Amino acid sequence: MGIESAMGEGFFTTKVDALTNWARANAAWPMPMGLACCAIEMMAFAGPRYDASRFGSEVMRFSPRQSDVMIVAGWSTYKMSHAIRRIWDQMPDPKWCIAMGACASTGGMHRCYGVVQGVDNYLPVDAYISGCPPRPDALLHALMKIQDKIKTEHSVLLDT
Amino acid sequence: MSLDLTETVQGVVDGLSSEYSEDLIEVYKSCDHTYIRVEAENIKEILNYLKTKHHFIFLCDIIGADRYTSDERFEVIYNIMNLRTQDRIFVKIRCEEEDPKVDSATSVWSSAGWMEREAYDMYGIRFEGHPDLRRIFMPEDFDYFPLRKEFPLLGIPGSIELPNTTPDTE
Amino acid sequence: MNEINSKVKPQFFEKHQRGIYKSLEDKHTTIEEIDAEDPLNAKMILNMGPQHPATHGVLRLILQLRGELIEKTKIDIGYLHRGVEKIAENKTYQEFMPYTDRMDYLSPYSNNVALCMAVEKLAEVEVPERAQYIRMICMELARISSHLLWLGTMVMDAGAISFFIWTFREREKIYDIFDEVAGHRFTVSHSRIGGVANDFTDRAVGRIKEFVTKFEQELKDWHGLLDRNRIFIERNQDVGIVKTEDALDIGATGPVLRASGFAVDQRIITPYLKYGEVDFEVPTRMEGDNLARYFVRMEEMDQSLKIIKQCFDKMPKGPVRTNNAKQAYPSKDEVYYSMEGMIHDFMMTDTGICPPAGKEVYHAVESPKGELGYYIQSDGTGHPWRLKVNAPSFRNLQVLENILDGEMVADTVVIIGGVDPVMGEADK
Repeated sequence: MGIESAMGEGFFTTKVDALTNWARANAAWPMPMGLACCAIEMMAFAGPRYDASRFGSEVMRFSPRQSDVMIVAGWSTYKMSHAIRRIWDQMPDPKWCIAMGACASTGGMHRCYGVVQGVDNYLPVDAYISGCPPRPDALLHALMKIQDKIKTEHSVLLDT
Repeated sequence: MSLDLTETVQGVVDGLSSEYSEDLIEVYKSCDHTYIRVEAENIKEILNYLKTKHHFIFLCDIIGADRYTSDERFEVIYNIMNLRTQDRIFVKIRCEEEDPKVDSATSVWSSAGWMEREAYDMYGIRFEGHPDLRRIFMPEDFDYFPLRKEFPLLGIPGSIELPNTTPDTE
Repeated sequence: MNEINSKVKPQFFEKHQRGIYKSLEDKHTTIEEIDAEDPLNAKMILNMGPQHPATHGVLRLILQLRGELIEKTKIDIGYLHRGVEKIAENKTYQEFMPYTDRMDYLSPYSNNVALCMAVEKLAEVEVPERAQYIRMICMELARISSHLLWLGTMVMDAGAISFFIWTFREREKIYDIFDEVAGHRFTVSHSRIGGVANDFTDRAVGRIKEFVTKFEQELKDWHGLLDRNRIFIERNQDVGIVKTEDALDIGATGPVLRASGFAVDQRIITPYLKYGEVDFEVPTRMEGDNLARYFVRMEEMDQSLKIIKQCFDKMPKGPVRTNNAKQAYPSKDEVYYSMEGMIHDFMMTDTGICPPAGKEVYHAVESPKGELGYYIQSDGTGHPWRLKVNAPSFRNLQVLENILDGEMVADTVVIIGGVDPVMGEADK
């Protein structure tokens, strides 16, 4: 955007920041990396009772080029980890990641040869949700935390 | 035989004792199911005979097992069913630890394809005559056989790679 | 002849990718026609990769296309393989229960009961009658829940998206029932070796009865919407046909086999629990196409409601777990207020139930996907020596590899929906 060369940090930047962050936070389209049982709770999170679209996550965009938040739901095996990393690389900035469930956060109950003990071994995770599987309310809580993160920690100065 | 077998299964045991008597090793019952242990050389003919003459037309499963003995370490168990009389028998064979090889059952039932690939992937038992013997769960680059008793539960560090976290420019 | 491999540049797991592309080339090579000219350049390899909105989990399909027609396919699974069978060799039988939940995660109750019954057969544990009826009711509810998700996703894949919302609304009601009965929404682990964890409360019974009465009307509405719907029929009729003479050979199981004409249902062949005493039918069809599978599953939901109603009439009052302290957990009152109860609870958690050494057992259950079987070899300790899961989705995926040749690419999604695989149990 070239703002940092024109204005630097100041009143104008913070106001633009507030506007763009408000827009980004309230339209965080998730990319569901639904792998296992947590994917079913993620479908319920998009379903009629725990409606995700009232939080701005209107559509589950399965294309990485059109999404902001990647929700890794389920255990990641070594074989699948390459595909997940590739999808993450294809997502355009700014992007955030939610590790949903115990298996995505730390490997969960699956302490064995096939499962990566936590997706943070190869992805930069922003929010971890515990639970096996976590209730959709917990996923909504994580989404709200990501929205807070966008509003407070992100700035247009980072978008070069 | 003091075992309490149903008519079909008794017919199977009698048929095997007359046609393949040198291959039949033992017959026993465990928890209401009959297990027949045979030699591994003629397993394809025996399975074909069971399918055609005794109507065991449904292959339910092929199970690999590791006995962890120095002699005849691996077992392959065929779980087959006769849908007409609803009887189920298990045919067991044993093979050596050094280069375990068994004839493939894909010519008898084509559903044996993936099941034998699983036994190969987990134990390293090669099936001769299988049209496509590749690993099914682990990637081909993986060099070990996970379900063998000496493979550690947590895996061997470095045996399978994680993705590159600095994205390469494409 | 290695033309595909020369064009592919794999980014990771190179040997694995080259192996699968080579086997794609080698498939059907004896009957393949030599395609001399391809003027429109219509031949291509399409990778429906592990991450795809419509593949019901992480399933990878590699299709060789000529225009819109699929010439050959190869299926790559194992993207969700954890080594559950290896974990089982290190846990006691009761500790393994939550792992069974996460295998067929659409109807977790069936997997729980399958493991429990296999171990009960191995160790000769007697289960009280009330526990058997409770297990049956919960298994049939899990069957309805699994078929609801199948219906929502298959019809959504065919294009009608609101169905997904309606079936999820009904599924939330079943989740509420399981919440009341077992404390968790879907991965319940409610069944214990020797019975179930706790009895139904009156509120749970009320909820189940209310669901059963209201759901019948919902099913009728959905029948009215889809049965004679021209778009639905044209998308599903004569698509993905599993021929009757091939079905047993290529290893179909469950509704896929029943839609091809074979009435193979474990509840009828080897009646377990109290299925011999309730009256229900096993729906079958002869055509073997996707529409037949749809009808079979819808009728199965109807029969499940019938079974639940009969179970409530027949269910006696009584204990829900066997009293034998060496085989089952004592009730919580005994654990808190008596010394023997506490010691038994400790021993059951630490060592668990120890079936006799050298025994083997196989027990199969009719899960919503097909015949789910557990084969356990015991070595006398509290851990199994070998535990093998005979997963129905694994066998149905092999069927999928065979029936996709010759179909249109746009039908792939509907066929996968019709076969209804669950990758958690296919990949173990």
